[in-house]
Amino acid sequence: MNAELIIFYLFSIFLIISSMRVVISNNPVKSAIYLVFSFFCSAVLWLLLGAEFLSVILILVYVGAVMVLFLFVVMMLDINLSEITSGFVKYLNEGIFVFIIMSALLILFFQNQFADTNKNIITEIIIISDSNTKNLGYILYTEYILAFEIAAVILLLGIISAITLTHKKKSDNKFQDPDMQVNVKKEDRIFIVKDEDSK
Amino acid sequence: MNIIFIILNSLIDILLVVVPLFLIVAYTTYSERKIIGFMQSRMGPTRVGPYGMLQPIADIIKLLTKEIIIPSNANKGLFLTAPIIMLVPSLLVWSVIPLSEYFVIANINAGLLFILALTSLSVYGVILAGWASNSKYAFLGSMRSAAQIIAYEIAMGFALVGVLMAAGSLNLQEIIISQKGGIIHWYWIPLFPLFIIYLISGIAETNRAPFDVSEGESEIVAGFHVEYSGITFAMFFLAEYMNLILISILVSIMFFGGWLSPFESTFLEHYFNWIPGFIWLSIKTLFFIFLFLWLRATLPRYRYDQIMRLGWKVFLPITLVWIFLEGFMIYYKIQPWFSV
Repeated sequence: MNAELIIFYLFSIFLIISSMRVVISNNPVKSAIYLVFSFFCSAVLWLLLGAEFLSVILILVYVGAVMVLFLFVVMMLDINLSEITSGFVKYLNEGIFVFIIMSALLILFFQNQFADTNKNIITEIIIISDSNTKNLGYILYTEYILAFEIAAVILLLGIISAITLTHKKKSDNKFQDPDMQVNVKKEDRIFIVKDEDSK
Repeated sequence: MNIIFIILNSLIDILLVVVPLFLIVAYTTYSERKIIGFMQSRMGPTRVGPYGMLQPIADIIKLLTKEIIIPSNANKGLFLTAPIIMLVPSLLVWSVIPLSEYFVIANINAGLLFILALTSLSVYGVILAGWASNSKYAFLGSMRSAAQIIAYEIAMGFALVGVLMAAGSLNLQEIIISQKGGIIHWYWIPLFPLFIIYLISGIAETNRAPFDVSEGESEIVAGFHVEYSGITFAMFFLAEYMNLILISILVSIMFFGGWLSPFESTFLEHYFNWIPGFIWLSIKTLFFIFLFLWLRATLPRYRYDQIMRLGWKVFLPITLVWIFLEGFMIYYKIQPWFSV
């Protein structure tokens, strides 16, 4: 048994346990932290496959940015714990229904996709360097440039629409205009009152 | 037998970095108190040892022997893990830092990305510490700090994108080697706005003055680590100073040629050939550490909305524009930086 195999099994077990704890845990903050840990474990698994760029990006984007915002929101919301824990058995029927459909679809998909394993190996890739980051960048910006750009535009659209939905001018907005603050003069703030009597 | 040798070898490498690092952190706290003291016409620590030189040792002993107080109703597990989560990434980053032309613990291909990923993890320490303490002040501090770290991380990442575009590599050794050829070949000239943004975002990222609203002594006592005492507090402290040194060394590597000599390809070159690369890197790093201490003594604290405005509305657009311009510079092969 070599070291790689040990690491693989260790982190697979961690991944499965922490993913289950995401669902089971009754504290939303703990769920979010378990989700972070499961992202971390899957990054380790990708690293074992030799995909160092993807695994580091997974940590950078999902762990470092997305989950931080998620945790942020979960902590700010005042979530009633008893309500969440009581719903666990209440929605059992629906849960089992969704579980059966999901697993059936996944089994169908994997049977089709991996029945012929040769189909999934991409052979016609121009490898320009032994660094997998360089290869990935090259492929993204040549072969898959259209899909890549479309994904970027969709993301931009998402950002803009989220901002327009939430950003409303309120009448009680206390925003200070930095230009006016910088350009403030002495005359705007101080009145010099001449004392007539002291003469 | 072979694997034991490898483990022993890397263990020695790790000790060679970590032990001096802890000593440097201890004496950074000393020099901070001393330098700020002198700048404010005070003496700084003078009592313990000659010129107060043993003050950091005394502080460490004091912190180690103090009791760890866990607040009632705090989430005990997370309360104790938060300082570890804070400390581990800032220690781990040092594994990819090239300290000289020959010495780096792990010379990995995606070094720059590795650094970005790990520095983005330290925000969890802040958030969890604030949340697990079950205290209003700690929570306020951690919320402020987390929002600030997220805002400046993006500008920081884009500044580093500029560096990797110029170097054409994510490997830190290759980034340094691509700056070869004396002080005018270093990236601080073609990437000057990115250098300034990286420096300022680095200060904001480490929550130091003038961006230290997360600690804000006058408003929220001490921010996210207000409930921590003894060794747990010391770990936050250690992580903060380690990040300070890390940002200084990263600025030296990315924009000031790392271990390269500034006199390369000038008439002074062979007078300074005997100085090892490590010394050049140390001089550059110590200068930036001094700059950070100097800024703390000089500048007043930023207002919170100004911090957010600076991060999102000033730094981010500047980096985007400069990356675009840099693309043109690379395309038209502007000498002497982009000759390849």
